[in-house]
Amino acid sequence: MRKFDTKVQDLKYKVLREVARHAFEDRLAESFIDIPDIIVVGNKPTMRCCVYKEKAIVAERIKLAMGGDKNNPNVIEVIDIACEECPMGGFTVSDACRGCIAHRCEEVCKRGAIYFDHNQKAHIDKDKCVDCGQCAKVCPYSAIVNIKRPCEIACKVKAIGMNENRSVSIQNDKCTACGACVYQCPFGAIMDKSYIVDVVELIKQSNHNQNYKLYAVVAPSVSSQFSYAKLGQVISGVKKLGFFHVVEAALGADMVAMTEAKELSEKGFLTSSCCPAFVDYVRKEFPEMAEHISDNLSPMATIAKYIKETTPNAKVVFIGPCTAKKMEFQREEVRPYIDSVITFEELQALIDSRDIDLTTLGEDVLDNASYYGRIFARSGGLSDAVREALKEQGLEDFEFNPISCDGIEACRLALRKASRGNLPNNFIEGMACVGGCIGGAGCVTHEERDKNEVDKYGEEAFEKTIQDAISVLK
Amino acid sequence: MKITVCIGSSCHLKGSREVVEELQQLIADNDLKDKIDLCGTFCMGNCVNGVNVTIGEEIFSLKPETTKNFFETQVLKRI
Ligand code: FES
Repeated sequence: MRKFDTKVQDLKYKVLREVARHAFEDRLAESFIDIPDIIVVGNKPTMRCCVYKEKAIVAERIKLAMGGDKNNPNVIEVIDIACEECPMGGFTVSDACRGCIAHRCEEVCKRGAIYFDHNQKAHIDKDKCVDCGQCAKVCPYSAIVNIKRPCEIACKVKAIGMNENRSVSIQNDKCTACGACVYQCPFGAIMDKSYIVDVVELIKQSNHNQNYKLYAVVAPSVSSQFSYAKLGQVISGVKKLGFFHVVEAALGADMVAMTEAKELSEKGFLTSSCCPAFVDYVRKEFPEMAEHISDNLSPMATIAKYIKETTPNAKVVFIGPCTAKKMEFQREEVRPYIDSVITFEELQALIDSRDIDLTTLGEDVLDNASYYGRIFARSGGLSDAVREALKEQGLEDFEFNPISCDGIEACRLALRKASRGNLPNNFIEGMACVGGCIGGAGCVTHEERDKNEVDKYGEEAFEKTIQDAISVLK
Repeated sequence: MKITVCIGSSCHLKGSREVVEELQQLIADNDLKDKIDLCGTFCMGNCVNGVNVTIGEEIFSLKPETTKNFFETQVLKRI
């Protein structure tokens, strides 16, 4: 059975599935307003105060599933009425405070923000408090807690704020569209815009690939997804949807590894350019480091470029774990190669909208890339690939000293050091998601075993070296 | 002349790489680099008969071991 990590994903999936179903059946325009009734059944609320609110929120999700607010350039959007306006007071003294006489909290607070009431219970003067958290550390009863919104905790670039109604707001000039808040909000109040309707249109307009050939470029993290079916069945399913052929983005990763290794040996210092959220983060927060970002297009764009250059009349949809790719494909330098982007979540919705049962399908094959291209999906894989590419190109003399950063906090640390000139490494592998792409917000599931799945999939590659994998591309 | 080799997954697993390498070698050996344009494409919609190769519009079904013969009988005569 298919499974998602949370009920929020499940709800989002149902909306996407129904929107896709209506789009496939040419009745989206006239009957999308009926979709809330399909999803919220009966008159007993199961998620919110009443079914009317539940339906109103589903209606907002439908808008996002149909492309969202065209005036908002960001692909990550807030559903205002779905936001529960969670408390976000920062450090607060809870009822667990016993009113002890040691007053360690007072002692440790450099700002003098702790005061006591007539019961000797501690309080924090929010005008003085800077949320350093020292008081929480020293309290013998762990009575001081840090009350933050899950979205705020998830967002490591600090793009999450609050509007005048106390509901969440996103600062687009900071947001990198990594999707962490989308995945973490327990109420599903933040959602990535979907281009699923565009993809349905691309499938329909191709007229069974007669008008153009519709290619799916699939990210290597697919190996850790859809665990209820075999990978070969997933490929069959994608073709059954109406795609002409499925190509591994990992072959683009092989190509990138080769050119990136060369570029690094020439320039001496580089950051990777594969992860669009990382690249965006560098441009926004460390503009002085932007010149060190590799010139390579991402693996997605690289392989799509090859497809379009060699196959006239091709259109390409990228299917991956990533919400930030939905931003990347709209960039001027990528737009000519990628026609649309969907996530694995959305692929599941598409497949089910056509009532395709993957487990009953035969196994098709997917094999273009090498082991190294495939392991790009997990943290450390890109560095391993660049090391191999240096070797395969006879550039072993170059002293390769990479640092693999997964998660924005690790990236920030390395970038800060590098911008001050005291990073000992000469290559920053930057991935915005913890664990690498397998931790992406658009994944159906996020599990411990995912890394092993990627490695296993890598080892199954027909081609063992990067050179062999890319030798078919002239 | 344009020769296109299918490098889609199915053909790849049946030996596209060997076919491409062999063709490259034969083209070089026969000094035909500026006469023959060798390219790849992902899938020709004829997966069961891979490795598929086209010369213009004509489609041929190859194996790595029949590549030399294909080159001698089909490619050379079209030059
Ligand atoms: S993969 Fe070669 S024809 Fe389909």
